[in-house]
Amino acid sequence: MSVTTINWFRFSSSPAFFPLAGRLIPWCAAAAILCMAAGLYVGFFVAPTDFQQGEAYRIIFVHVPAAWMSMFLFVIMAGWAALGLGLRARLSFMMMQAVAPTGAMFTFLALLTGSLWGKPTWGTWWVWDARLTSELILLFLYLGVLLLQASIEDRRRADRASAIFALVGVVNVPIIYFSVQWWNTLHQGASVSLTAAPKMAATMLTGMLLMVVGFWMYSIAVALARVRCLIAERERSTPFVNELREVS
Amino acid sequence: MRWNSLAEFMALGGYGFYVWTAFGVTAACMLWEVIALWRRRPAAPTWILQRRLGDERGSP
Repeated sequence: MSVTTINWFRFSSSPAFFPLAGRLIPWCAAAAILCMAAGLYVGFFVAPTDFQQGEAYRIIFVHVPAAWMSMFLFVIMAGWAALGLGLRARLSFMMMQAVAPTGAMFTFLALLTGSLWGKPTWGTWWVWDARLTSELILLFLYLGVLLLQASIEDRRRADRASAIFALVGVVNVPIIYFSVQWWNTLHQGASVSLTAAPKMAATMLTGMLLMVVGFWMYSIAVALARVRCLIAERERSTPFVNELREVS
Repeated sequence: MRWNSLAEFMALGGYGFYVWTAFGVTAACMLWEVIALWRRRPAAPTWILQRRLGDERGSP
């Protein structure tokens, strides 16, 4: 009888993580496509018309998942930043760098789809209220992380600088989340929360949650694909001679 | 089925422009990101190949 133990620390080194990430990508991508297809079907063919907003409300099926992902991904990015600073692990910094562009994209999409929803329902593309302004600041924080990564020549200094920037910037996430409670804002309050029953029809909620899961899977697949690019690009110059001895 | 015709589905009660632009731009951004990453995808670095050779030789 032999007890097989998985040495999880093995995957914290780039040579072990690279193929693992490659194996995970197709599963996450397939799950993303399935969930998004189901979410779009429920969103457009099953969910009823909103009695107040008519069909305009269907933007919710892309706006809420994008907005949630913009915040989730910033927290995850800050988590990798903290891990990278604490453990001085290169792979953590690479994960941080891999999440940032996707997070920035979802922040942009949350702002854009929100704007397209605001025009027919509020009568304006944009207002400088707490929710919208703090989400715009989130976009600038993502761009800050990306710019620090791109502009500092020395790899280790770029990692440390952008990680510290991400850790400071993460305080903006709870501000976005609670902005609709703390300030008087045009943006509606939370329709879905952990403490109260959802304030929307069950089919609407189902469609939205399917899209959220789809966006999660998409983000994981894309981040893993990008971290593989980063590993290959960063380690091209430094052969893994020492780590090769370590693992084999 | 919620819609009587394709035209009615596309119009979405007059909100078609807003809804379809929102979904269209999101889909375009995601597709663009996937294509960009696909074109950037790395060939297996030499150390991966070395490791595989090592495994085949039966090293623990």
